[in-house]
Amino acid sequence: MAALTFDSLRHDRRTAIAAAVGIGIVLAVFPFIVGTTLGNSWLRILDFALLYIMLALGLNIVVGFAGLLDMGYIAFYAVGAYLYALLASPHFGLHLPVWAIIPLGAVLAGIAGALLGAPTLRLRGDYLAIVTLGFGEIVRIFMNNLNAPINITNGPQGISSIDPIHLGGITLAKPLTVAGITVPSLHAYYYLFLALALLIIFVSLRLEDSRIGRAWVAIREDEIAAKACGINTRNIKLLAFTMGASFGGVAGGLFAGFQGFVSPESFNLMESVMVLCMVVLGGMGHIPGVILGGVMLTILPEFFRHSAGPMQLAVFGKIILDPEALRMLLFGLALVAVMLYRPAGLWPSTIRRREFRNGSTADVLKEGE
Amino acid sequence: MQDSRISTLTLAVFAALAVVGCSQKEEPKPQAAAPAAPAAAPAAPAAPAPAPEVVVKLGHVAPLTGPQAHLGKDNENAARMAVEELNAKGLEIGGAKVKLELVPEDDQADPKQGTIVAQKLVDAKVNGVVGHLNSGTTIPASKIYSDAGIPQISGSATNPKYTQQGFATTFRVMANDVQQGKVLGEYAARQLAGKNVAIIDDRTAYGQGLADEFEKGATAVGAKIATREFTTDKATDFAAILTKIKSKKVDVIFYGGMDAQGGPMTKQMKSLGIKAKFLTGDGGCTPEYIKLAGDASEGQYCSLPGVPLDQMPGGKAFNDAFSAKYGQIQLYAPYVYDAVMVMVDSMKRANSVEPAKYLPEIGKTDYQGVTAKIQFDEKGDLKGGAISLYQVKDGKWEYRETIGGAPAAPADAPKAEGEQKK
Amino acid sequence: MDIFIQQIINGLVLGSIYALVALGYTMVYGIMGLINFAHGEVVMIGAMVALFVIKALPGLPAIVLVPLALVCAAIVCMTIGFAIERIAYRPLRRAPKLAPLITAIGVSIILQNLAMLIWGRNYHAFPPILPSGEHDVFGATITSLQIVIIVVAGLMMGGLTLLIRRTRLGRAMRATSENPPIAQLMGVNINQIISATFVIGSALAAVAGLMVSANYSIAHYYMGFMLGLKAFTAAVLGGIGNLAGAMLGGLLLGVIESLGAGYIGDLTGGFLGSHYQDIFAFFVLIGVLIFRPSGLIGERVAERA
Repeated sequence: MAALTFDSLRHDRRTAIAAAVGIGIVLAVFPFIVGTTLGNSWLRILDFALLYIMLALGLNIVVGFAGLLDMGYIAFYAVGAYLYALLASPHFGLHLPVWAIIPLGAVLAGIAGALLGAPTLRLRGDYLAIVTLGFGEIVRIFMNNLNAPINITNGPQGISSIDPIHLGGITLAKPLTVAGITVPSLHAYYYLFLALALLIIFVSLRLEDSRIGRAWVAIREDEIAAKACGINTRNIKLLAFTMGASFGGVAGGLFAGFQGFVSPESFNLMESVMVLCMVVLGGMGHIPGVILGGVMLTILPEFFRHSAGPMQLAVFGKIILDPEALRMLLFGLALVAVMLYRPAGLWPSTIRRREFRNGSTADVLKEGE
Repeated sequence: MQDSRISTLTLAVFAALAVVGCSQKEEPKPQAAAPAAPAAAPAAPAAPAPAPEVVVKLGHVAPLTGPQAHLGKDNENAARMAVEELNAKGLEIGGAKVKLELVPEDDQADPKQGTIVAQKLVDAKVNGVVGHLNSGTTIPASKIYSDAGIPQISGSATNPKYTQQGFATTFRVMANDVQQGKVLGEYAARQLAGKNVAIIDDRTAYGQGLADEFEKGATAVGAKIATREFTTDKATDFAAILTKIKSKKVDVIFYGGMDAQGGPMTKQMKSLGIKAKFLTGDGGCTPEYIKLAGDASEGQYCSLPGVPLDQMPGGKAFNDAFSAKYGQIQLYAPYVYDAVMVMVDSMKRANSVEPAKYLPEIGKTDYQGVTAKIQFDEKGDLKGGAISLYQVKDGKWEYRETIGGAPAAPADAPKAEGEQKK
Repeated sequence: MDIFIQQIINGLVLGSIYALVALGYTMVYGIMGLINFAHGEVVMIGAMVALFVIKALPGLPAIVLVPLALVCAAIVCMTIGFAIERIAYRPLRRAPKLAPLITAIGVSIILQNLAMLIWGRNYHAFPPILPSGEHDVFGATITSLQIVIIVVAGLMMGGLTLLIRRTRLGRAMRATSENPPIAQLMGVNINQIISATFVIGSALAAVAGLMVSANYSIAHYYMGFMLGLKAFTAAVLGGIGNLAGAMLGGLLLGVIESLGAGYIGDLTGGFLGSHYQDIFAFFVLIGVLIFRPSGLIGERVAERA
């Protein structure tokens, strides 16, 4: 039901407030429900889902709003993660506080985004895809190899013993006791991630409705026309890259603190592809859709992991197909099936859905080539 | 529209079936073992046997999908075999009959997945964990096990960092990269008479770590490192770096990496006319390497931590039993087998399956495994850490000698001494 | 000097392999404007099928066995290519542009895991049945098989160019690529043409698969991914959609990688080395695309969003 009313919420104050309070309560008690019924592993998955939501929202700005196909997005996540790892671990002996590192990570990733964006401004479509993919690989390969001649990233060994996230005197790595209630570490991370995810959602929503947001959409729909309307397409595109990247930087920093270990293999091409899948599968350019995509693609493989084996046992009485291979197989099938039956994504925006039904966007695209 | 979609789906199913059917006809034998369904898995908790039976869950983690899946499955099979053997013998700990249950997980060699499955195992209240396979996943996961107080024994994570984090719960039953790299470096410089040495590594935590230690070991005894080259763990073409190495006229090429690259690399060495000796670590010390390198593998060297299986008490029996059940040992199976045995042995000595109770006992282990005599130092590393060297002869790895390590080293090493080839 | 020649030869062999795979990408792109990301996996299936046909019939002489394996692999690949197009791409022709990209990724995952279920997780050694004698070229060596690969890549490109330029089918393909609705009005069955494109591209993949696994004597269910990525880069470098461009891009990429890995270490005093082999190509690609946004010999597309 919430799905249908989301867009109307913006126009009705009272329902909006009621909905916000309701959702707030659900989100607040959610980890306790999950933790007790399904176990902490699902809570950890939930934490990762929140990180991926941040990533997907960041990429959504680039791909969904501005229509620039970025296949190397994970590089910004890597920048954020490595920054945290370098500034808060025994590697350089630095232990800066988290409130300094995370914003710095956002800024640095943003700069990286602008640097990537600058040379690619003239490229479009598939050419842009391959160049951004190349940038993603370049960042990963440099991180993998910058241990000689000067050891910066510690190369393939990665950086371990990273400080857990701590705010003031409180560290999130140990159970917290607040006002007599003990909050386990995973729950504490959940609340922190949730807070930042909500912040990113808020920023995304505001951006979408802003002048800039409309400029992005204009560029996505027709760059020439946008230019003719007086939009500075170069700056606006760079801004999309910068904003999107900075979200990735934030998520990366949180990842490093949460995981306590970063190594280049966490930032390979498959990760970029997964985040892109989240955006497209959920519904490009539609924030609730993207959030749904992020949650789904984090949870789906885990769901298959938990069910592929037992399901076979239940149906056939023994395990016929290797559950791990089956898990990925089902995941692939799910990707194909969703796209076949909902090509605009699981939860596309109403405008897009309308356009798609008339086939107008698709036809325009077709003829443009 | 709808109809055509259904018909195309049917078509796809047929196509898939055709492929399945075709290939199965083509290859009946070797497949029997690899993807065979884990028959022992249905050890569901629903076993209300009359005797008070305690179910002890042992987690096992390795990549079961992705490029290293074959090694992961090998590890899992070994753990399964150990569990089945112990169960068949009947196990009694602390007065209660104990039934071991293996909880296998896939970490896809991805650090993030590694922590997720680690958490899953902690939630499932496993009594101990064997694994993970890769150092890259073992290190972040070890923090979670340590926080939960669950002992972890890895049979293949060789990165020294794993045990250096100050956790009480981390152990490994294999020599680490420092131990192995040093021995290899010295061996290359002395026994293989390497004055001018080239080093290649695959830029993974394992390959690079081993190559670095090799470099230290070799230069310490006077070898010169002519060049250091790099590839990746997904590469197949090494012609460019090998050609460069050829121009440096080296006597020994060391490769830090896995068999899947080492094999084709050796083959390309030969077709480029490089006469240098090829030496690699445990990652390349597999029958797979020989298969992939073909004739070019003849006379090349590798090392494996521990002492050869057939020289250890129970080693040959393990090899036979494993091969009969799951096919040829890939690589780390014996170590994983030992890891399970060490864990259960500690439980027996502690007379408890509680992690907190038997954890201190693991440190005191003195166990005669199939790979070595296993004792741990204060960090949880294997004490002594003997390294054995092998050379390919007539398409098979042949034992050469064992360097350093355990007092239980076999006595019949002199035979190997005179057989130094070329 | 012989080392330099050797590096060039290494690059040409590697480049021909990239080109063989890139031809498949570029052909589909040229007709449909769609990146068939699953192409690398089709190459893998081709390699696997060929390998197992050869293993299953050990007694036969190579002259019979290799063509037989190739035909088997081609049939399987063509069926798969046909099915991929029907299932994953055709229903999405009018969908947003990124939808087929996601299905392609889905199909890749499916094919990879299917291959893992069928052929197992192990690496497979390719039997040494193809001629691999070494020849001396100014002090450098090249194997017979490598010569075959270079020749085959050239022939394939030539053959495809002829097909597209000179035959009825080719004309229909060009018409479809130009403007599908008008082509349809002119009596071209565009569905058939697109299916034919996929089938031909997949047959090429089978050839590439056999060549790659024979040259490196290895096949594995995971081999398609990296290969596909590199070949795709090569296709874009040359100008995607252009057959000669794929060939040029492939060869250029191969030579750049070889020379880069061979010399950059000495040139930069050890600061950069062969660990950056995989990104030289990307640097060149980015450089080329900044100055020629549609590849080296790609056609300029009109500026329209």
